[in-house]
Amino acid sequence: MSLRIRRNPRLERIRRNRLHPEHKSLMAATVPAIGPTGLRRINPHQTGFVMVQGRKRLNRLNPGGVGFATSSQPGRVQAKEKPLHRVADPLGYVAAVLDLPGGRLSSHDRDVLGLAQQLAQAKDEPHAVLAIALGDVRETDLGGAGADRVIQLSQLHNEALTGYCPELKLAVLNATEQHYQPAFWLFPDSIDGGADLGSRWAVQLGERAAVQAWQVSNDNTLCRGGSQLTDWHRPTPRVLLLAPECAAPVEELRHEALTLELTLPEPESVTIEDLGPVSVDPSQIALSEAEFILAAGNGVRNWDQFHQVATVLGATEGASRVAVDDGYMPRHRQVGASGTWVSARVYLAVGISGAIQHLQGIGQCETVIAINLDAGCDMVRRADLTVIADSEAVFAELLNLMTERQTGIAPQGGTAHEGEARHVA
Amino acid sequence: MLPESRSKTLAGQPLKIAALVSVGQHPLWRRERRADQDARAVELALSLSPELPSLVHVGSARNESLRAYLGMGLNDVTVLNAEPDADAVPALANYLRDQALDHQLDIVLTGVRAECGEGSGLLPYSVADQLGWPMVPRIVSVVSITDGHADVWQALPRGQRRALRVPLPFVASVDPAADPARQSAFGPAQRGNIDSQPCAAEPDQARANWQQHPAKPRPKRLAVAKGGTAAERMKAATAKPQGQGGQVITEGTDREKAEAILARLVAEGVVR
Repeated sequence: MSLRIRRNPRLERIRRNRLHPEHKSLMAATVPAIGPTGLRRINPHQTGFVMVQGRKRLNRLNPGGVGFATSSQPGRVQAKEKPLHRVADPLGYVAAVLDLPGGRLSSHDRDVLGLAQQLAQAKDEPHAVLAIALGDVRETDLGGAGADRVIQLSQLHNEALTGYCPELKLAVLNATEQHYQPAFWLFPDSIDGGADLGSRWAVQLGERAAVQAWQVSNDNTLCRGGSQLTDWHRPTPRVLLLAPECAAPVEELRHEALTLELTLPEPESVTIEDLGPVSVDPSQIALSEAEFILAAGNGVRNWDQFHQVATVLGATEGASRVAVDDGYMPRHRQVGASGTWVSARVYLAVGISGAIQHLQGIGQCETVIAINLDAGCDMVRRADLTVIADSEAVFAELLNLMTERQTGIAPQGGTAHEGEARHVA
Repeated sequence: MLPESRSKTLAGQPLKIAALVSVGQHPLWRRERRADQDARAVELALSLSPELPSLVHVGSARNESLRAYLGMGLNDVTVLNAEPDADAVPALANYLRDQALDHQLDIVLTGVRAECGEGSGLLPYSVADQLGWPMVPRIVSVVSITDGHADVWQALPRGQRRALRVPLPFVASVDPAADPARQSAFGPAQRGNIDSQPCAAEPDQARANWQQHPAKPRPKRLAVAKGGTAAERMKAATAKPQGQGGQVITEGTDREKAEAILARLVAEGVVR
């Protein structure tokens, strides 16, 4: 048997020629093998490609493949599954009580879970992070955020844990304390309920909680004092109310998120009764904290119609600097660098071209919708949805649509269709 | 003095309210002043009852910045004399318990967090726990009082409000979203009386070995691109983030455009 390695010029030619009919099948045959540990094994003798001149060529962008072909579909990043971190037999727990505003993990919740993982891994014995999710939970990936164990309850003895029910939640925490005795209790120090529940729990445990804690180790804690002007250095207590960005969220690993059993506590009488949300007049909400803003700029001519649309949509009114300077809107409604920096979830900009000062002011907005006549303006580049049209005509149609939604009847005849015929773009 | 419509009564009697006040500090030049949230609590107390609320402060009676509360139209403030490192909670709880026994006390109001010192916001919870009363955080107004229960509005994020019903007596902290406090007038502030009372406040043992320093600026979190090739990470770190731009609708009738906008608003959940 000869040891001489023979080249097959025909196969090499096919490998080089992506248009060859046999190219695909040949490339599929050299797919890298997956080893028993899940790692990809590369045969070093098969990597690269020997050129006609006898030089070996390596393509590091495509280490498994042969020849010069880069990744088959450029631009598409394949989501790799992160490695799983297991805590098999935890000797202790670090409890993180999550806010879950709207049933989803907030970034504050993720930071708290990240810190919980740091504290658990700094312990000598294996500790598991116990995420406590009470109420309506829509988040499916608690393990990806760093939860080793989960206690998830949507109701306690037929009483829903949604809304404001600190006493019911305390009962669940009490049962958790009796069963698992976590080494630390972490809460997000947030207005979404974490600060309230954490304070109650600290008082019930008789612990002096660290509030606005932003640098935490197993021994020492740094927390912000009143008006954010001082730092308190103190030993780490069992109950911590954590400031936002107290630690990096978990990104590298997956965690198991196994559900833990909990014997539910006896029902208790509730003293504070939740009567539900109050409908608030959107014009009374401060611009900086409004959720939905309808903002007008230089392109708006019919201001009565604008106010009407804001009322019908239930939006808080905002304005660009030009509209305020021209006297159409009060100064406290101005959005932008010299006005208010808004944090609205949805921002509907009408006739605003998008000066950089204005775009700074809406930097935190999640969704921006623009109505504008100029398709080349900066606001169009920023917006997630842009409609190129005359704002007055679109407003008229919006009012019609809202009337139909509210009454459930399509308006008969005339005005809407005339408007349509006139304003075909 | 007060619009009669806003004041509430309990079984024909005006409400008895106590407000816990602290000494605040200006956020910039740190001069002592009335604490903003506590002043809002006093304002809410003044609007609820034609009877003047009783103000309680634990600390030094010589502090002149307490007069700013008197300038809001009050006759006197009770100061429980204590050292700066004393634990205010037992002193306050004992005083309020005595007050509640002497003459009925219905509501205890205070701010959410103190402006100086620890500023943890745990005090109203601890006081309520020692008194055995319910504690309602972050209220903005008391809407009505009916058969021993108060309907209050609680501040939520994004300017939203929630209605709660709580039995009297209770402790409540007043949110910064409540009505701003009235201006303090100089004359009444000087004429008002600071009523100093001795109290047996113990030094705060838990805080004895803590250290206080000026606040260190916190590092801002940077968006770090992870994964991908080195070239991709370099590009993510150096390239100017381009607004990729969203969907642009130029064609179609105005009605279709309006429908597209409304569909998006409904999908985002802001229009119901």
